[in-house]
Amino acid sequence: MSAVPHPPPSRLGDPRYYQIAVLTGLLTYGTWALEFDIKPWQIPLTLAVALVTQWACTKIWQLPAFDPRSALISALSLCLLLRVDTLWVALAAAIAAVASKFIVQVNRKHIFNPTNGAIVLMMLATPAAWLSPGQWGSVAFFAFLMACLGGLVAYRALRSDVALAFIVVYAGLMFGRSYYLGEPMAIPMRRLESGGLLLFTFFMISDPRTTPDHPIARVLYGALVACVAWYIQFRLFRTNGVIWSLALCSPLVPVLDRVLPGRRFSWTDAAVLPLVPILGRLRRTPSPAVALERIHVS
Amino acid sequence: MKRPLSLLFGLAALIVAAPAPADAFCGFFVSKADTKIFNKASKVVIARDGDRTVMTMSNDFKGEPKEFAVVVPVPTFLQKSQIHVGEQALIDHLDAFTAPRLVEYFDENPCDRRRYMEMSARAGGPMPASAAPLQDAAKRLGVTIEATYTVGEYDILILSAKESGGLATWLTQNGYKMPQGAAPVLASYLAQNMRFFVAKVNLGEQAKLGFNYLRPLQIAYESPKFMLPIRLGTLNAEGTQELFVFALTNKGRVETTNYRTVRLPSDVEIPTYVKADFGKFYTSMFSAQVKKQNMSTVFLEYAWDMAWCDPCAADPLSNDQLRKLGVFWLDGDPSTPMPAGGGVMRPRPMPRPMPGGGANNVFVTRMHVRYDGAHFPEDLVFQETGDRANFQGRYILRQAWTGNETCSEADNYRRELSVRREKEAQTLASLTGWDIADIRRRQGLAPRAAVDNRAWWERIW
Repeated sequence: MSAVPHPPPSRLGDPRYYQIAVLTGLLTYGTWALEFDIKPWQIPLTLAVALVTQWACTKIWQLPAFDPRSALISALSLCLLLRVDTLWVALAAAIAAVASKFIVQVNRKHIFNPTNGAIVLMMLATPAAWLSPGQWGSVAFFAFLMACLGGLVAYRALRSDVALAFIVVYAGLMFGRSYYLGEPMAIPMRRLESGGLLLFTFFMISDPRTTPDHPIARVLYGALVACVAWYIQFRLFRTNGVIWSLALCSPLVPVLDRVLPGRRFSWTDAAVLPLVPILGRLRRTPSPAVALERIHVS
Repeated sequence: MKRPLSLLFGLAALIVAAPAPADAFCGFFVSKADTKIFNKASKVVIARDGDRTVMTMSNDFKGEPKEFAVVVPVPTFLQKSQIHVGEQALIDHLDAFTAPRLVEYFDENPCDRRRYMEMSARAGGPMPASAAPLQDAAKRLGVTIEATYTVGEYDILILSAKESGGLATWLTQNGYKMPQGAAPVLASYLAQNMRFFVAKVNLGEQAKLGFNYLRPLQIAYESPKFMLPIRLGTLNAEGTQELFVFALTNKGRVETTNYRTVRLPSDVEIPTYVKADFGKFYTSMFSAQVKKQNMSTVFLEYAWDMAWCDPCAADPLSNDQLRKLGVFWLDGDPSTPMPAGGGVMRPRPMPRPMPGGGANNVFVTRMHVRYDGAHFPEDLVFQETGDRANFQGRYILRQAWTGNETCSEADNYRRELSVRREKEAQTLASLTGWDIADIRRRQGLAPRAAVDNRAWWERIW
C-alpha cells in the first residue's frame, strides 16, 4: 500500500484549516455568548506572540518555510482554555506552546501537545494561570455541536481512534462510578456534556502529531489517559483531571512508538482526504480507507 | 416526638437587609431595602487554603429550637475540637460588606464646576441556625455513631453507616422527618466514605448560654474535596432554594467547576426612583437573570481583596473577625484594630484601604445561586483561581441637576438628560423584566419620552 503515490496535497484539504475555523468559531461563541473570563488583550497578544515564536523558530531551526497553521491552532486553543491574571502569563504560555514543538522532541516527534504542555507548565509555575472547566456550562445542544465539529476535525486528521478510545473509557468510568454510588444518571450525563471535556477529546488528545503512531497503541493510549484523568478527578478530587493526565501520559508515547511502531503522521497525508467525498476528487485521490491503511502501514 | 429534619441548604430562610448605617454623612442617604429580600436562603462561609477548610453554616430556621435539626454530609470524621459555634454577627457583617450596592451621584451644575457625591446602600442580611435527635440501638441498623459531642448549645453526632436504608430508618426512628427520596442520596454519600454531621439544639445548654437565636455551626477539616453538598436540600419539595456562598481564600476568586459562574450585570445606571426600593429592584433583577440563564448558573456578586473596598458597603473585617470566620492563614496579631471611626459610607468613589494593615492575603468571593434538583443535579464543586480582579454588584443612580440657570451648557444638559432618562428606563426594563411603560410613568417622563421617540418626520405633521 505504501507504493500508492501521494497525490499533490490540496491546501484546502489540510484539516488544520478546518480546525482553525472551528476553534475561531468556538472562541467567538465563548467570548460573546458564554462571557468567557478572558482579558481583552489576551487574544491578540497570544496570537501575535505564537506567530512570532513560530517565525523565530523557523529561522533558528532553518525550516524551509514559515507555516503559521500549527501556531495559530495552539494560540486559539490557549485562548479557549487558559485563564490568566497577568499579561506575562499569556505571553509565556504562547511562547512555551510553540517553542516546545521544536525543543521537546524524541525521534523528531514532539512529546507534548503544545497547548497542553504550555497550560500545565503555566499552572505549575504560577497561581496566576488557571482553567475554568465550568465556563462552557453544559448545554446539550452545544455539546453535540462541538462533538460533531470536533469529530470532523479528528476524522480528517485520522486520529479519531484515540479520541473515541478516550471518551468511551472515560464515560464508562464516570457512569460506572455513578452507578456504584447510586447517583442519578443525570449527574454523569451532564459531566459528559461539558464543553471542556469535548474540546479536550476532539481537539487536544486527538492531536495527530503527539499520539502514538500505531493504531493499537493509540487506543491503549486513549484508554490510559482516560483512566488517569478519572483517577485525578474522582479519586484525588483535583480539577482538570484530563489536562494533567495528558501531560503525565505524553512521555509514554515514545515508548509506545518503540514497542508498537507505526507510520509517522504527516499533515500532507491527511490533506489527501476529502472533507466531503466529491466524485471528481475521489477519482484522483484514494478513498479514506485506502489512505488510512497507507498511513498506518509501518 | 417527631422532629422535622432541617437539611442544610434546604431550609426556608430569608435575608434581611442590614439596618441603615447610622453615621452616614451630611444628610445624603440612599434609602434601601430594609425588608427581607430573598426567601429561603442559606448562607455558608467557606475559608479555604490548600486542603484545609473551615465551613461556617448559617440558615434561617424560624421555628422552635427544639424542632431544629441539621444533617450535613462531611468528607471526614470530625473531632470535637474541629467543631465550633460561630458568631452570627460576623456572617451578617461579611454579608453587608459584600452586598450589592446602590450608589448615587449628583449631576453638577453644568454652568458650574463639577461636584459629585456618592453614597452606597446595600441589600443583604442576617439569620439564625438550629438542632435535632438522640439515638440508641443504632448498631442493629448498621449505623455507627462515631462520636457524640455537645458544643455550645448544640448536641452533635457524627454518623456513618453500612447502608443508607439503615441510616434513613435510624434517623426516622429518632425523630427526624426524612424527605422522600433521601435514602438513595444518603447512600451515594456513604459510598464516598462521607460521614454525616447531625446537630440539634440542647435546650438546657441554650438556656444556660442565654442565646435566643441559633448561632452558626463551624467545622474545620482537611480534605481535597472543595465542595458543598446541596443534593439533600433539593429533596425538600419547597420549590427552589436560595444559597449564598462566601468564600475566603488566599490566592483569588472562587468559582464552580461543574456549573458556569456568571457575573451579574453591574455598573449600570438605573432610574433614581429605584432608591425607594432597592431590595425589590435587586430581587427582580436576580430572578430575571436566573430565568435568562435557565437556572443553570451560579452568580458572582462580589469578588474583592479584603484589604480594601470602594465604595464600602460596610467596614472591612478585621483580622480577628476574619480569623473567627475560619481564615487560619493570617499572620501576626489576631486583634488588628477595626478602622477608626467605624464609618460605613463614603462620600466619594474612593479606594478605602484597611487602616492598621488590613488582611491583604484574603480574597472574598460572594456567590449566589438559586437551584432545584432538576437544574442542579450534582453538588457544587469549587476551585480557587488566580483571578484577583475586583468585581462588585454596583447600581448607579444619577440625580439630575435641577437648577434654573441658563447657559448653552445647561441647554445641552437638559436635552441629554431626557435621553439619559430613557436609557435608564430601558436598562431597568431589560434587567428586571418590568414593564417599560410603567417605568417611564414612575420616572415622571412618560409622555415626553413617548413623544421624543417619534421620528422627526412624524413630528412635522
